[in-house]
Amino acid sequence: MAKTKPKKPGAKTALLLRLYVAGNAPNSLRAVANATAICEEYLTARYELEVVDLLKYPKRALTDGIIVTPTLLRLRPLPVQRVIGNLSDTNQVLLTLASK
Amino acid sequence: MSDWEDYAMETPRASVTKMLTGIEGFDEITGGGLPRGRTTLAMGGPGCGKTVFALQALVNGARQANEAGLFVAFEESTRQIIANAATFGWDLPALERKKLFFLDAQLSPESVKAGQFDLVGMLALLGTKARQIRAKRIVFDGIDVLLGLLDDPVAERREIYRIRDWLLQTGLTGIITQKVGGLIGADQHYTYLQFMVDCVVVLRHEVVDGSAYRNLRVKKYRGSGFSGDEFPITLTNEGMQLTNRGPTELQYEVSDERISSGLPRLDNMLRGGYRSGSNVLISGAPGTAKSTLSALFAEAACQRGERTLYVSFNEAAVEIVRNLRSVGIRLAPHVKSGLLKMYSTRTRGPNVEDQFGELRAQVRAHRPRCLVIDPLSALSTKMAHLASADAAQQFLDFLKSEGITVVNTSLMDGLNTDEATTTGISTTADTWIHVSYVVQDGERNRALTIVKARGIGHSNQVRELTLSDDGVSLTDVFAAQGKVLMGVARWEWEQQEQAGKKRTLAASVLKRLQLQVAQAEAAARLQVVRTEMEARSAEIAVLADATGSASKLLKTDKAVLRKMRHADEEVRVAKRLSAKNGSAKGGAIKNGDRRVI
Repeated sequence: MAKTKPKKPGAKTALLLRLYVAGNAPNSLRAVANATAICEEYLTARYELEVVDLLKYPKRALTDGIIVTPTLLRLRPLPVQRVIGNLSDTNQVLLTLASK
Repeated sequence: MSDWEDYAMETPRASVTKMLTGIEGFDEITGGGLPRGRTTLAMGGPGCGKTVFALQALVNGARQANEAGLFVAFEESTRQIIANAATFGWDLPALERKKLFFLDAQLSPESVKAGQFDLVGMLALLGTKARQIRAKRIVFDGIDVLLGLLDDPVAERREIYRIRDWLLQTGLTGIITQKVGGLIGADQHYTYLQFMVDCVVVLRHEVVDGSAYRNLRVKKYRGSGFSGDEFPITLTNEGMQLTNRGPTELQYEVSDERISSGLPRLDNMLRGGYRSGSNVLISGAPGTAKSTLSALFAEAACQRGERTLYVSFNEAAVEIVRNLRSVGIRLAPHVKSGLLKMYSTRTRGPNVEDQFGELRAQVRAHRPRCLVIDPLSALSTKMAHLASADAAQQFLDFLKSEGITVVNTSLMDGLNTDEATTTGISTTADTWIHVSYVVQDGERNRALTIVKARGIGHSNQVRELTLSDDGVSLTDVFAAQGKVLMGVARWEWEQQEQAGKKRTLAASVLKRLQLQVAQAEAAARLQVVRTEMEARSAEIAVLADATGSASKLLKTDKAVLRKMRHADEEVRVAKRLSAKNGSAKGGAIKNGDRRVI
C-alpha cells in the first residue's frame, strides 16, 4: 500500500497528490476521509497523497493558489489538475485524476 | 424574519461611524462614506463600474487615510485589475508593497468540482494577511462568480454569512461587488445579500439615444440618512466621480469684485466689467467674434497675472493662438510663461459627463482664476438628455464654488438665431452677451447686446463690434427711422448728421442775431417811453404844487370870513363843496396822464 505522507516526494511516483484542508472544517474532514478512501479503493498505481492544513501553512496555500477549501491538486502527471470540494463525487474525482 | 434579526443586531450597536471613500460626490450623498466595520454591497450589470467603485475606495483609503486594504478578485485576474487601475493613474504596484494586497481568487477554469467546499481556508489566509499589513478595508470583487460555483442555495447562504461574520470579527470594512445580469430569476436568487449587508449601492449602465450613461444609487444604508436618488457618474482619468453632489444647498462666496472683459467699452456697458466668479455666456452665430471676445478676456486675465485655462473644442490650440494674433490678441507669451493653459480637445461621444469630468480634472490641475470654454455648445448638442444638462449645471456650480470666472461661448445654429439657447445654459448664466449679424445695404455687421447681467446695471444699447488689425472695438450704432444703422450706413448717417448739424448751427446763429436786433429795438423804445414818463411826472409834480397852494389860500380866506361872520351852517355846506371840487380836479389830471401814454 502507498504512503499517505511520504517524507520525500518520490521521484518515481507516477501520481502525486496534494490536498489542502482548513483545520477541522466539516468539508475538510470529509475530504480527507473521501480522498483516503478513493485512493485505497481505486488506485492501483503507486501514488502519494500529501494533506496540507492551510491554517498552519498559509504561505504554501498562497503559492499553490488555493482559494477555497478543500482543494485537491494532482501535481503529477502534468498538467496540474484541480479538484475542489469535499470529494464526495467519486466519479468526478477519478475522472480528473485519470485525465491527460 | 431577517428584519427582526437585523433589529436585534442593530440595537446594541452604537451609531454608525463612516469611512470616507474619497469618491467625489459619494461621500457627500452618504454624509461621510461607507459604514465602517460593516459590509457594503455594490451591485450592478457588467461594465457599470462596480470594480472601480470598490477599488477606488480601497486605493483612496491607502493613499488618503493611510489605511491598508485587501482586494479579493474572484472574477478578473489581479494582473488585469492592476493594469486597469493604471489607466486611472493609480500606481498599484507601488501601493501593493506596503498598503495593498491582492488575492487572485479566480478559480481556474480547469478546476473540477467534486462535492461541497467552503471559504474557511480563504478567510484564514485573508485574516493572516490582514493582521500582517494592518488592513482596515477589504473588497470581495465578483462574489457572484463564487456563488455560482457553489451552485447550492444553502451553501451560498452559508458562505455569505461566513464572510459577514468574519468581517464582524475582524472589524474590517467590507465591500462586496455583485454582478446582476438582468436574469430576473438569477438576481432574485441573491436578494438575501441585500438584506444581509448594511449598505447597498446600485450601479446602472444604460444607453439612451446611443449615449452611455452610468448612474449610482444608494438603495439602503442602515443607521444613516442618505440621498436615495440616482446620480450620474463618470469615469475619468482619475477614477469614478459623481457629477451631481446631490441636493446640496447652493452655497458659495459671492464677490462684488469686477474684472475686465478685456474690452474697455464693454466694461463700461457692464458698469465695470464682469463680476468676479460669475458665469458669462457669449452667444452668437458662427463668426460673430465670440471666440475673440472670450480670448480678450483670457488675455486681460493673463495681463493681470491671473492663471487662466482656455478650453477649446474641435480647434487646435496653435490654430487659435495664430488666428487671434490677426486681431491683435497675443496669447503665446502667456502660454509660454505657464500662466495660460490651452486645452484643446475634440468632442467625442455624445455622453458629455465624461468630458465634464475631464474638464474638472483640468481645472484641478491648472487651478485657474479665469476659464474660457469655447464653445460650450460643443458639449450641448446632446443636452436634450437630462443627465447631460445636469452635468453641465453641476460643472458650472463647481466653478462657482471655486470662485472661478468663466466665459462660455455658445453657438446658435441657423434655425435658432434668436435669443434662445438650446442648452438651458442661458438661464444659469449671470451675464449673457449676444452678438448677432445685421445684414443691411449689402453689408454684414456685428451687433453686440447685453441680454442680461444679474445684479449689474447695464447698458441696454446695441453696439457695433468691429474687428481690425488694431484690435476689437465697440462703436455706437445709430437708430434712425426705426432702424439700427451700422457699417457704411452708419458712416453715411454720421456724415449726414454732421452736415445737418452744421446747417442747424448756422440757422441758430442767424436767428440769434435777428432776435438781438429786435431786442435792441425794444430796449430803445423802452428808453423813449421812460424818458417821456419822467417828463410827465415832472409836469404833474409842478401842477400839483400849484393847485395845492391855491386851495390852501382859498381855505384860509374862507376861515377868515367865517370868523368874521360868526356863521356856522353855511360853513359846513361850503366845506363839502370845496372837498368835492378838489377830488374832481385830481381825477381829471390823472385821466389826462393816461391819455398821453
